[in-house]
Amino acid sequence: MAKRFVTIWFRYLKTDWFSLRQPHLKEVPFVLAAPDHGRLVITAANPPAHTQGIDKGMAVADARAIFPSLEVLDDQPELTNKLLVKLAEWCIRYTPMVAVDPEDGLILEVTGCAHLWGGERAYLMDMISRIKGFGYHVRAALADTIGTAWGLSRFGEQASIIAPGQQSEAILNLPPPALRLEAATNDRLQKLGLNQIRNIMNIQRSALCRRFGQHLLQQLDRALGTEEERIEPVVPVEQFHERLPCLEPIVTAKGIEIALQRLLEGLCNQLEQQQKGLRQAILKCFRIDGKVEQVEIGTNRGTYNAQHLFKLFEFKLPTIEPGLGIELFLLEAPKIEDVASIQEKLWETVGGLENTGLNELIDRMVNRIGPGLIHRYLPAEHHWPERSIREAVSLTEEAVVDWRLDRPRPVQLLAQPEPITVAAPVPDYPPMLFRYKGKIHKIKKADGPERIEREWWLDEGLHRDYYHVEDEDGCRYWLFRSGHYGADTSYQWFLHGFFA
Amino acid sequence: MEAQKSDIIRQLQKDILLLQGFKACTTGTVVDVGLGPVNMAFPNETFPLGAVHEFISTSQEETAATGGFISGLLSPLMRNNGVTLWISRNRMLFPPSLKFFGIDPARFIFVDLHKESDVIWAIEEGLKCDGLAAVVGELADISFTASRRLQLAVEQSKVTGFIIRQQPRKLAVTACVSQWKISPVPGDAIEDLPGVGFARWKVTLLKVRNGKPGSWELDWAAGKFRHVPQKAAAIAPAEMRKTG
Repeated sequence: MAKRFVTIWFRYLKTDWFSLRQPHLKEVPFVLAAPDHGRLVITAANPPAHTQGIDKGMAVADARAIFPSLEVLDDQPELTNKLLVKLAEWCIRYTPMVAVDPEDGLILEVTGCAHLWGGERAYLMDMISRIKGFGYHVRAALADTIGTAWGLSRFGEQASIIAPGQQSEAILNLPPPALRLEAATNDRLQKLGLNQIRNIMNIQRSALCRRFGQHLLQQLDRALGTEEERIEPVVPVEQFHERLPCLEPIVTAKGIEIALQRLLEGLCNQLEQQQKGLRQAILKCFRIDGKVEQVEIGTNRGTYNAQHLFKLFEFKLPTIEPGLGIELFLLEAPKIEDVASIQEKLWETVGGLENTGLNELIDRMVNRIGPGLIHRYLPAEHHWPERSIREAVSLTEEAVVDWRLDRPRPVQLLAQPEPITVAAPVPDYPPMLFRYKGKIHKIKKADGPERIEREWWLDEGLHRDYYHVEDEDGCRYWLFRSGHYGADTSYQWFLHGFFA
Repeated sequence: MEAQKSDIIRQLQKDILLLQGFKACTTGTVVDVGLGPVNMAFPNETFPLGAVHEFISTSQEETAATGGFISGLLSPLMRNNGVTLWISRNRMLFPPSLKFFGIDPARFIFVDLHKESDVIWAIEEGLKCDGLAAVVGELADISFTASRRLQLAVEQSKVTGFIIRQQPRKLAVTACVSQWKISPVPGDAIEDLPGVGFARWKVTLLKVRNGKPGSWELDWAAGKFRHVPQKAAAIAPAEMRKTG
């Protein structure tokens, strides 16, 4: 299928923006100027100034000589790009592929988009009238190639639409600058009297190449469509996405739900056909007033289950503020992964960690309570109790080392060991009694000590001698002494856990 | 003749249970949790799966004992590749200890929440998910309505739920199928050997629906529960301090 492009030219981009902000400037001639080599040079002139013969590149002093009451404002160098990117993002409602054409224009790839607006004519007119409504002077053209559309938007009729394959006829009568050439080439062509592209096309290619360089031929080929030209969209297009433009702005919650359901169905179909599952989805709602509302969900395993995804979104939908209405919904899946197709089982075993129901449950929980609260642990190769487990990265990660069984470990472990006072025979006997939270526990039986060295390459401190003890009531504790017995009082006893 | 009589009595007991509105869990497979004589307390003499059990704990030591006892119950439940959800606030359970009860700690998913209302929500969601073997929740208080919701959830999904109530402020009636209290008791010395020996608990079944409450002493020895006859416990030497 042949591609179709729209180019939009903002003839007075910057001055339009200034007169939008200061309406009194609309009727008076004014220019934007920036200092250059010790003088003020005009960088943009508004239409009234333009009719007086003032154009960009002139010195302000010269312009004042033509029109003494000319208003001169300071130029903002970053303004052009900022405005173009803003406008490009706004244009995403027409097509996902919108690129900025440096200086003063936008390029849109509109292949397969126009029918949603009822044909190319209606599509282009809608675009022009709405941008005009913002207050910008705009010219646009639609053609098979960027080159042709660019030339026509600058030098052709307003809103010209070139039928597929007709670009060579369309550019015949345009002047050579319509090919986006360098200034020097333009001058030379004009001096030689080659005032129309028709004249250039009659000349042999080898001669053109010798006289004007490869660039001219390349630009000509691009306009005619023999060489392909690519654009870089302002917002990268996700491979998996669904769009839903609305005839009338949506303001109700029910409307948003219906839109989301439709988008999810489409996207999940797409994913299922390609055996992919999404890990992250973003719903973007483009509002009439130009703001974009977005909500995001994540899953812990690739899925294309529309119902499940809807449930995840359902919780976040109330945060969307429709304002005056949403005119475009866009559902993107930036993170996807391969999914094996689910085989039907003859009998269902009690599911393991791969169970779909479990994964969907975890997704719902993460969605409601937030990330970072669901943990799963695997053994780590450390003896130090606090470091003996590490958190698993995913639900399906397997342990690399075995869990240790050779030493007893308590069922409950205090996050921070609590200091206790003990009475213990020296040097290596377990305590006879200890006081914890004001209660004295007389120890009847004990196991130990188990010495655990602090790993000096990780942190510094004293080693611990652990004892597994049982008091007269049968309660079992995990105590340790930090450090050696000695004349100094550097050692201290702690309670670290409770055995079953 | 004698055998016939006992069969008839058993059948009649089952009929009475049905009349009382007792619905046995119909997961198809019967899992013996290995409780031995404790099983006699339950209707049909089987530990009720697909139900919610409530455990009362009044101290840190009892919570640890309850954790151990539940781990022991979970070990046969999780044998078939099952996964357990452990939902709590301020969790202190130390995963490596589960290995001593024959469970792979990696098959536990811990949900650590900040709010009690989230805990009860998470337990309910977990109990609705039939891909799980069991759900354990640590809570202080649970209202009758909430416990009823949990019971309705498990009736659908056949997941077994365990609620550990730490230092409950009031012991109101709940819809749970049973109410337990597990407290640690001194273990036996094994053949005069020094050291702590096996974990031993006093298991008290405070309430059980359609069953007979009672109290037993159980050991966790050699990877399974071992019933300790009451009188043997009484003879345990009173004063014997051993170190090793």
